[in-house]
This record gives sequence, C-alpha cells and structure tokens, in this order.
Amino acid sequence: MTTTALGIPRRLLEFTIDGEPVRAPEGSTILDACRAAGTDVPTLCEGDTLRPRNACRVCVVEVEGSRTLVPACSRKAEGGMEVRTGTERVRHSRKIVLELLASSVDLSTTPRVREWIKEYGAEPGRFGADAGRVNEAPRVDNDLYVRDYGKCILCYKCVDACGDQWQNSFAISVAGRGFDARIAVEHDAPLTESACVYCGNCIEVCPTGALSFKSEFDMRAAGTWDEDRQTETTTVCAYCGVGCNLTLHVQDNEIVKVTSPHDNPVTHGNLCIKGRFGYQHVQNRN
Amino acid sequence: MDLHFGDSKPTDDERAAVDALLGPPESSWEGADRSDADLRWARGGRAARDRRDLLLPGLHAINDRIGWISAGALDYLCRRLTVPPAEAYGVATFYAMFSVRPRPSTVLHVCTDLACTAAGAADLCAGIEARLGPGIHLERSPCLGLCERAPAALTVRAGDPVRTAVSAPATVRDTVLAATAPDSAPEEPPPATAVPQAGNPGLTLLARVGVVDPESLDDYRAHGGYRALRRAFDLGPAAVIREVTDSGLVGRGGAAFPTGRKWQATASQPDHPHYLVCNADESEPGTFKDRVIMEGDPYSLVEAMTIAGYATGAHHGYLYLRGEYPRALARMEHALTQARARGLLGPDVLGQGYAFDIEIRRGAGAYICGEETALFNSIEGYRGEPRSKPPFPVEKGLFGKPTVENNVETLVNVLPILTGGAQAYAAVGTEASTGPKLYCVSGSVERPGVYEFPFGVTLGDVLREAGVRDGLRAVLLGGAAGGFVRADELDIPLTFEGTRAAGATVGSGVVMAFDSTVPLPRLLLRIAEFFRDESCGQCVPCRVGTVRQEEALRRLGEGRGAAAAADDIALLREVGRAMRDASICGLGQTAWNAVESAIDRLGAYE
Repeated sequence: MTTTALGIPRRLLEFTIDGEPVRAPEGSTILDACRAAGTDVPTLCEGDTLRPRNACRVCVVEVEGSRTLVPACSRKAEGGMEVRTGTERVRHSRKIVLELLASSVDLSTTPRVREWIKEYGAEPGRFGADAGRVNEAPRVDNDLYVRDYGKCILCYKCVDACGDQWQNSFAISVAGRGFDARIAVEHDAPLTESACVYCGNCIEVCPTGALSFKSEFDMRAAGTWDEDRQTETTTVCAYCGVGCNLTLHVQDNEIVKVTSPHDNPVTHGNLCIKGRFGYQHVQNRN
Repeated sequence: MDLHFGDSKPTDDERAAVDALLGPPESSWEGADRSDADLRWARGGRAARDRRDLLLPGLHAINDRIGWISAGALDYLCRRLTVPPAEAYGVATFYAMFSVRPRPSTVLHVCTDLACTAAGAADLCAGIEARLGPGIHLERSPCLGLCERAPAALTVRAGDPVRTAVSAPATVRDTVLAATAPDSAPEEPPPATAVPQAGNPGLTLLARVGVVDPESLDDYRAHGGYRALRRAFDLGPAAVIREVTDSGLVGRGGAAFPTGRKWQATASQPDHPHYLVCNADESEPGTFKDRVIMEGDPYSLVEAMTIAGYATGAHHGYLYLRGEYPRALARMEHALTQARARGLLGPDVLGQGYAFDIEIRRGAGAYICGEETALFNSIEGYRGEPRSKPPFPVEKGLFGKPTVENNVETLVNVLPILTGGAQAYAAVGTEASTGPKLYCVSGSVERPGVYEFPFGVTLGDVLREAGVRDGLRAVLLGGAAGGFVRADELDIPLTFEGTRAAGATVGSGVVMAFDSTVPLPRLLLRIAEFFRDESCGQCVPCRVGTVRQEEALRRLGEGRGAAAAADDIALLREVGRAMRDASICGLGQTAWNAVESAIDRLGAYE
C-alpha cells in the first residue's frame, strides 16, 4: 500500500524577507523560506538530501539583531525575524567568499558559480598571481571515479554522504587543518585500500565536480564531454528488488554517467555500486 | 558499524600504550586473538561506539609512548573503540602535537610567538638548530603560555613515562641540554615567580599563589580552602546561582557572558545529565593566568568546579587542559587524587550526599579547541571544529546535553563571591565590571607576570606596576584576537565598558608591551601566521581569508611602494570585514582585529 506521509500539521511563522511579509512552517530554514518566496540565495555546501553544514558561507543573510551574518541554509526561521538578503553587507561577504574560493580552487565545473561571480562583482584575480592555491593533481586510483581535490571546496557533503547520514561506510574524512585540510581516507592511502564501497553517493552530492565518474573525467580531458548532446533517461535499476531509480546520462548512444533522482522516497539519490557503475552490460554489443 | 581495517599491525609498544589506557581487549572484535566465542557473536553496537570520547586520550597514549602515531597503532586504537579509521585519521591530523609520520622520539617545541619573538626567539631557534644533534625534532610553536619568562621552549620526550622539560627563559645551551637530557634539566622556578605581587595582602584570586604549598590539601584548607563549598552546601544550588548572578560576574575567557545567567540556563534544563566543563585550553597568545592558578593554587579550581557542578546539577566535570602545560597537568592530577582520597570529590562530597568528580582531558595543540563548542567536539573524539549556534551549550553542549562551560579564572572568582557574599564582591570594580581581574603582562616590562587589579584601573596603572620600560610604542590588549593601542592611550580604564568605548577589548587580559625596537610588521605577520595555522578550515572566510591576510601582510612587509601598499590595505579591509561578518566562530571573526588596530591606531605601513 502506498501512503503519503502528511506529517504533523505545523504552525506557520510570520516574518519578513527584505521587508516583504512571508509565512513559513515552523522548522523551516531561512533558505527554505527564501526559496518559497522566490528570492535567489546562492548555495554550495547545502544539499537537498543532507543536513546543513553551513561551511561555505555563500548563503549568508542579515538578520536584525544578530551581530554577525547568519547562514540561511541552517538557521531556522523564527516569528518576527527581519531577514535581509540583498544588503551591501550581505553582498560584500558573498563576493569575498566567491573570490576566496575562486582564487584557491578550480571552479570551472561548478554549476552557476560563473553567474554568481558576475552578479556579485567578484574579482578572484585581485589576490595576485602568487595567491596560494589548493594545488592537487587528480587522483586516479581506480576504474570507477576520480578525486580531483584541486576542485574541492571542502563542503563536507561527500563526508556526510559516506558517513552516518547515508552510506555508513565512513571511508573518508577531513584530514589536516586550515588551508591544508583535505578530504582523505585513512592514512591518506589510495581509495582501493580504504573502506570505500564505490557506491558513488559522494559523487552524487559533490557540488563542484571534484568527484566525477572516470568516464566523465576522461571525456573532459579528451574534450569530448558535451552536456548539450546528452540525454537523461530515468528508469528502474534491474539488479535487485529495491527498485532504485537510475537516471542514465547518455551521449552518442553510450552511458557516460549515472545519477539518481533526489526526490525518490526510497533512495533519496543514493545507489549502490551496481546501480551506479554496473551499466557496461547495457552497452556490450558483442 | 561495519568497519574496514587495513593490514597494518601495532608494535608491542603501541599495543601496550593503548592497553594501558583501555585495559586488555575483550574479544577479537576489539583486537584480541580470535576465540571460538568470537565467531558466534559480534561485539559492538552502541556500547562499543559510546567510548569514542577515549579517542583523544588514546592518541595521546600512543604519541606519549612512541612520539608519533603509526598506521598500525591508529588502526588498533580504532578497533578498540569502534571508530572508523578515516575519522580517527582526520582527528589525529587535526592536532599540532601529533604526527602521523615517523619522527624522533624527542620533540622540542620552541615558541616563536609574539612575546618570545620580541625576546629573540628567531636567534634562539637558529642557535638551537645549529647545535641540535640527531634524534631531536624541532617544532616552531605558537605561544606556549610562558610569556613572563620569554623566550620559551618545551621538550617532550616520548617513552614510558613521557618526560617533559620547560626551558624559560631559554638559552641555546640550556635548551639543547634539556632536549638532550630532559630528566636532568633544572626544575622550573616556582609559580610564584610569575606573580610579582605574590604575598600582597590585597590579593583575592592570587592570594594563595606562592603562599600555600600547591601539593598540600591541608595547607589549602588552612588558608581558607573549602569554606566556599561549605557555604554553597548551606545555601543550596538555587541560592548559589543567585549569589553568582548578583555578584555581576561575567566570563573571563574573552566573551564576557554573565556567569549566573549561564548557570541558571543550564540548571533549569529538563534534559539530563548536565555537564560542567572547565576551559583550561589557554592558548591565546600572551595569556598564562590560568596556568599560574593551576600550578600555584590547584585546589581552588577543584573547589570552584565542585561548586559550579553543584549549582548546575552536574555530577561530572571535565577539565580540558592545554596539552603544552605539563606542570599544570601534574599539579591538577595530584590535586584531584588528594581531593578524592579525602572525600572532597566522589560519590558523597563532604558528606552532603552530592556526587561529583572531575576528569582531565588534555588538548593536543589546537587554539580553536578553546572555542566552547570546538572543545566539546574535541572531548567527544571528533575534530575540534566549532559547531554552529544555536543550539547553545546550555541546551545542547557536551554529548548533546546541557553544559556549563567556564574559563579557569571565571570559576575561581566564584570562591570569593561565596565566602564574602555577592554584595562585597560587586563592590569591587565598577558598576558594569565587577570584581578583580587578572592581567598577563609581558614584553617590554621589568617585572612581567600575572597581576591582579580590581576592574577600573587604567592600562597605565598596570604597566607602571609591572615596570614598563622606556620607549613604549604600542600595547597589545586582549591577545592576538584583541587589538593594539598606542603608548599615549594608557589612560584607558580596564573595564569591559571602558575598553569598548575606546574601541579595544579586555579579552583574556593580555597586556603585552612593545618598544620601538620590535618591528611592527613582523609582529603583524606573526599574528597572521598564527591565525592561518590555527584556523580549523571548516568555513571559507576563515580558511582562505587568513591565508589571503597573511599574503597581503607579507607583500606589505616587502615594501613595494605606496600605491601597492594602499591596494593591499584596502584588500585587507575587505577580506577582514567578510571574515568578521561571515565566519562561523570567534577565531575567524577576530582574526583581523589586531591587524586592523595596528593599521588604524598605530599607523602601521604609513
């Protein structure tokens, strides 16, 4: 029997966003309310299937009475709150955060970031040519996916997806401290010596393309990756009886990547190694 | 939890170090040889995972015995505690005192922070490097909290037991000798030498330092010890909180939050257990007052923690003690043992039916762990990264339970409040800043050390008492997270309201004097390096902003012309503003304070 959980009826909170009165159910975050009101707030470390880590600070907003800016992604809305999303103070912090990120890591495969850099007038180049960067060579140590930490913004999403929020494999963690902090498996070993089960749920949540299918990585290197020529087909995984949804990304009649819809009530975008990477038989033409 | 372990095995020494802490393993699930029973049922589950908070003590045990943490040792510790190795690796690499790469068993930490730099730490390091034999690893260290005897060095020789030797003031010869043979290094001078006012009858917080034998509980009681706790038991918890609230006591760690309100908020939480945490992770550059209290009057902290626990309904207190304080650790351990033996800690404190005990947890070299929520994560066995607030610790703190966290100095203020009454306490100081305050005076003064004054004296009063030398150029007030003031601003009243009005801060009570012989740009660069090193890396403004700040200061120090300097100062202001506005915790929010004050008040780079 299929039932739709309606949840407990929730009280509506009344507060303002940029002077406009809004109502949001109790428990909503400021970000939820902004999105419902049609106010665009940039986010990077926020994930629709994960608890907020508020690490990237690109979603900060001003809340009346608060000494510092607050992260919209994790701060719960309260009745009577006065939220401001477009003030000079907010725009300044967002601009600097974008500049700090773009000057230290490669954001070329991060969706929407180019648009935000333009919108906030960020100039990452002004820290000079000698500005410290996360210079990491891509780690290609297995056939399934690549870890390119030169693109990593340390949003913690992969760590959370691998840990107690979804996969419970605990294969990765943040190691080191400060600017030297990196995502790593134990003893910074190759993935093949770690607890990784190759579910690829970290790739699913990575916001910058630091984690990518080996197929995508190779095609990008060869210059053949072209999302405009790709189709996306959502189907059901044929391996077992759970019935996970797969979205097959196909280019030139080849599966080049597999994702999973985040709104699927069973899997919430998570798959196992078979669903994520076990598609070769589909395109075996012998 | 289905954990994966590699093939690395611990050495016998590593295994012994872990087993000395945790006891022998009970089954092969915990790392023992496999028995038939192990094949029939799995040990694990919540009971096994609930010992995660022993991860940091376990890492200390290995590091203390071996000098570094190998893959085999880390895996064994993880098996014992059911902790994923990747997470434990993340924790081990978080702390500056640990190494996951082989290094000699002797590590010599030489302080290169502000007071020590002003006292010639660079020459000291160079001299030591030239004479240091193999088998000793030199680490340039942030402030060791020995500023009154700068420059300072700390030798840690791994073994069973671990040996330490403090050299301060350090000469090349003494330091090399101490590093080579820590056992035969000369004793540290008594704590009273850090208190130039010692024996002065007007002292309250420092009254016993240098007067009582810090090892003797009887001596402590003969000098008024445990009168405050008896009074607390007479009053009952609610009245104790009322006294503390009425006294106007606010936190001395830097944030100045009203202590009574914090206690009340915790005591009234329905969720149990409640915890008490004493923050003794004193790492703000230039701060050493908590060390002097713990070394010179350790029982006062034990008594004050007991009172705080009683008032807030906690039965378990944690003392999170800085890893670089070996003598404070020894004194506090001794004091806890004595107090337990005499029924002043344990299931029935003073026969009043109240159970309370204190556990010491050592930090391992991370300034950020002095941030209250980072400290909780550190105790719990996670990386010492701050949590976002709300929820606040009084509601969800250590292990997710209501927690009161107070600094050492804050807690020992509770004793005079209870013995003398809230009114008498509040009569000291000013209306908005009550009571006595400790100042850590160092740098260009004749008599550096911890000074006690009632709130309201001026900066000049403190400096004159310490014998400030001629040619004063600037004073760093409140530590690296505080700010500089000019030599002509010595009439600033040292109160929360007075410093705020002057655009400065009391902070942790640092008063560091610099004369014109110390190049200001080098100090600023050292402060920037400090914040870059100590940023936990969690949020972008602080993780990258502290790097950009350091780069800009480095360029400014090179002197590339007025136009370039103006650009860099503008850049610093923009990055600094975003760090202050958008960082998660106080570290990032204050990382630009000192540099900003040096530019605006002192005219650095003009």
